Amino acid sequence: MIFNHPILGPRDAQEFVYLGDASLMRRPDGMTAGIEAFHDWLYNRDNPAGEHRELWYHEQGDRSWLVVTRNTVTHEVIRVELARDVAKAMGRTK
Amino acid sequence: MTQSNRIAGGQIDRSRTFRFTFDGRTYEGHPGDTLASALLANGVRLMGRSFKYHRPRGPLSAGSEEPNALVQLRSGPRQEPNTRATVAELFDGLEATSQNAWPSLKFDAMAINDRLNTFFTAGFYYKTFMWPASFWEKVYEPIIRRAAGLGALTREEDPDEYDKGFLHCDLLVIGAGPAGLTAALTAGRAGARVILADEDFRMGGRLNAETLEVGGKAGADWAAGIVAELSAMPNVRLMPRTTVIGAFDHGIYGVVERVSDHLAVPPKGKPRQTLWRVYSRRAILAGGATERPIAFENNDRPGIMLAGALRAYANRWSVAVGDRVAVFTNNEDGLRSATDLQAKGVDVVAVIDARPGGSVLPGIRHLKGAEVIDAQGRLGLTSITIRQANGRTETIRVTALGVSGGWNPNVNITSHHRSRPVWDEAIQSFIPGPDAPHGLTAAGAAAGALSTHGALATGQAQAIAALADLGITAKAAALPNAEDAPISITPKWYAAGGKGRAWIDPQNDVTVKDVKLAQKENFTSVEHLKRYTTLGMATDQGKTGNVLGLAIMAGLTGRTIPETGTTIYRPPYTPVAMGTLAGRSRGKEFKPFRLTPSHKWAEEQGAVFVEVGMWLRTQWLPKPGETHWRQSVDREVLATRKSVGICDVTTLGKIDIQGTDAGAFLDKVYCNTFSTLAVGKCRYGLMLREDGMVFDDGTTARMGEHEYVMTTTTANAVTVFRHLEYCRQVLWPEMDVQLISTTEAWAQFSVAGPNARKLLEKLVDQDISDAAFPYMGAGSITVRGIRGRLFRISFSGELAYEIAVPTRYGDALIRALVEAGKEFDAVVYGTEALGVMRVEKGHVAGNELNGQSTALNMGLGKMVSKKKDAIGMVLSQREGMTDPNGYRLVGVKPVNPEGRLTAGSHFLEIGAAPVIENDGGWLTSKVYSPHLGCDIALGYLKAGDQKMGRRMRAVNLLAKPPTETEVEIVSPHFFDPEGERLRG
Repeated sequence: MIFNHPILGPRDAQEFVYLGDASLMRRPDGMTAGIEAFHDWLYNRDNPAGEHRELWYHEQGDRSWLVVTRNTVTHEVIRVELARDVAKAMGRTK
Repeated sequence: MTQSNRIAGGQIDRSRTFRFTFDGRTYEGHPGDTLASALLANGVRLMGRSFKYHRPRGPLSAGSEEPNALVQLRSGPRQEPNTRATVAELFDGLEATSQNAWPSLKFDAMAINDRLNTFFTAGFYYKTFMWPASFWEKVYEPIIRRAAGLGALTREEDPDEYDKGFLHCDLLVIGAGPAGLTAALTAGRAGARVILADEDFRMGGRLNAETLEVGGKAGADWAAGIVAELSAMPNVRLMPRTTVIGAFDHGIYGVVERVSDHLAVPPKGKPRQTLWRVYSRRAILAGGATERPIAFENNDRPGIMLAGALRAYANRWSVAVGDRVAVFTNNEDGLRSATDLQAKGVDVVAVIDARPGGSVLPGIRHLKGAEVIDAQGRLGLTSITIRQANGRTETIRVTALGVSGGWNPNVNITSHHRSRPVWDEAIQSFIPGPDAPHGLTAAGAAAGALSTHGALATGQAQAIAALADLGITAKAAALPNAEDAPISITPKWYAAGGKGRAWIDPQNDVTVKDVKLAQKENFTSVEHLKRYTTLGMATDQGKTGNVLGLAIMAGLTGRTIPETGTTIYRPPYTPVAMGTLAGRSRGKEFKPFRLTPSHKWAEEQGAVFVEVGMWLRTQWLPKPGETHWRQSVDREVLATRKSVGICDVTTLGKIDIQGTDAGAFLDKVYCNTFSTLAVGKCRYGLMLREDGMVFDDGTTARMGEHEYVMTTTTANAVTVFRHLEYCRQVLWPEMDVQLISTTEAWAQFSVAGPNARKLLEKLVDQDISDAAFPYMGAGSITVRGIRGRLFRISFSGELAYEIAVPTRYGDALIRALVEAGKEFDAVVYGTEALGVMRVEKGHVAGNELNGQSTALNMGLGKMVSKKKDAIGMVLSQREGMTDPNGYRLVGVKPVNPEGRLTAGSHFLEIGAAPVIENDGGWLTSKVYSPHLGCDIALGYLKAGDQKMGRRMRAVNLLAKPPTETEVEIVSPHFFDPEGERLRG
């Protein structure tokens, strides 16, 4: 597969490490959310046949974490974003 | 007489003669020959034995689809089994041997299977080797494995090199027949970057095998002219001897180039083969078509081959396969074999044409509505039995028979992303279906355009369309004149005769009978048919037999072929050697390895090294006279504890963490607190995963207000860094924190023992007295003027420091430390002594940090702060993970000091049976402690903290017979439990 890195352009998937569903970005706040909320966030995921947002890390590259929107049926890569930008847009702070 | 079957013409170079051997006999051939064409030229039709029945076999084809003529090439370490003689390019001195036959190809003892064929039907293994189950592995499997297989692997190491490479292009053209050449030419002239790959050593595809003209020239000459034009274009890369093995995502193709297979030995500096990863923006499959046979009794006799192969051997390789030839066809194309051979002066005795209509060949006995129903000649064809339209049978004496059941477009690669080929009634074949890999289109015969004109026209049109997608304008040129014969085919799959077997998949010995049996037992879906009968599962992947097999199944079930459907194809297109896939990743180059800064020095001392991840670390350093590793390790431990020892700890991960939020960041990633750590101090940190298990540990020092240096375990250096980047970029993107891995930037040595400070004082320029540099102190120093870092931390339990200098001074530093340590009898110790001392101190390491253990399990539960939101804090509080009777880290000593412990042994109460219900936990790490004079171990024991002083058994059930040792459960801190030495 090839990812169109937002900074570096097209890059082979071999340069990346896969983490998983980008919903992992919605980490609850540990001081307010309880075990149930954390459990749900960490373990319960959708497994869609079709569009899927995923976290990939450019380990053999610039160390960017990326959010890749990919069709799991056709492997078409629909969008590649810097995870930091996505996280900020979600309202994640410190 | 040599080359008795050689005829005039062809594309072989008669000016040079190659000598080669087959089964020890010497033959002659010419450049341009394949092994198969050269053997046929010498009258050798018998080249192999089939897989199951050991039937005598000759080549069926003249290409990569060959199921029969599998031979072993070369000898010694370069010996290669299961090579298709039909594509093995002849070279001078080639050694080939037959396989799957004993004692000889002509007399094969295992051919008894052929007589026993009524037993060896489809599903034989499933039905026969069912009972008793205890026989599966011990009796049946060894028997089956011995009987199965074709060629044998050499047990020697392959002396050749295999490379991997990357190529980029606008257009990849797969196949260099008329369609591929035209596509490449159209794109090349338009200035596009083109790669043209063809599995053959001579480009031109079928044009080399036909007498058809293109643009008024012989097809082969026209092709040579186009190849010459293409090779002059700097934007076109021609790759003969190159097979496109698979289509992968986003225009990536796997491509194998046989760089040196056509030479006895690869030229110096050249690989045997190269596996290319081709990144294409568009691709055109112009892979042509493969002819398919018609099933009839004994249709596997040597001398019976595909009609197109028969004329390819005549036209391209100047070989008449037999002196008396017949052709059996159901389509117009099959007639070409008869006319071409006749034109070459070969005696064509009959054309058996299954069609009632179609054209009639002049001057040849052309039988309409006739069938071949049997063949005779065990080791080579002697005659065929035919049945004429009026039902009369007749035996005709022939030594070669060409069979044509039609042509299957080579759709293979189009279905690599699961696209299903669709049935084309006009050509009675499957053509590429929709949803082919994105960017891939088919042209020429691969797309079902079976005429030469069709190939030229679709090749050009597809190239123009593909380039238009890329914004490149390619012009349509006038196409050269070429034949455009209409397809005339009448389906004919099986010419039923008597009760004998008719082959569909000759390599796996799948016959019409097997398909009938599968139908009878209700394995009627194509996928079941394939698995039950092994149809298409041999090394040729059913290139000639698949469509035939499913068409026969369609007939048996009363369904149409489209209703029956087809199986699809996976990479690779043709078999690929394991060495090619491995490339240079073998032996010592299987993975990269990293050397520590003291490696050269240690090597000079005769150190023994151990692989730790990618690192080579010193395991121990034997002294003269030491014959057992334990002598060295015990000495290193005792000397360190007595005076001072030095150990290279560079491999531990080091991460510089800087920024105004560095402290807050560490509070997130460590379960304990770091923002309160004083500048100039270190602290032990425990890192959890979000699921609450321990991820990693290490000491982290605060070097400045906003500057920390983290250490990780050697094993997790990469994953911790990845995790920290994740936390920084994804979870807390507004934090002002920057990271850099400095693992390789600093050479770091542990200096441990009562005399550690005295030794270091000789090298460090600053005051490092206990007052100036107390326990857990950290800071920048200079070492004889070189900038460095010093940390007063200890893994061994001794007064200890870790001293770091830029890596390029690492070799100098180990030598300086050893020199300065002479007056203290300093030792350099390796990972074994390091392990002994850490177990004596009860420190956890890899065996305890097993990814399934919590801080509480390790006796470190109090380190998890609940006052802050650190990774893993919340889920570490889950019910199952806070069980007061869960595993706890304990120390283990044998009751009898002579008692031996084994890591992995399980804890059992005295008198308890060794069953899972009684399992108390296990020993994680075991060492011999020279300090205590006995084996000691760490372990995880259920409610271990409540069992101090208890006597239990450590049982090793893996030993035969099981062994056990009575043990006492003790504190994991075997040595200096109060830590007085640390603070010395």
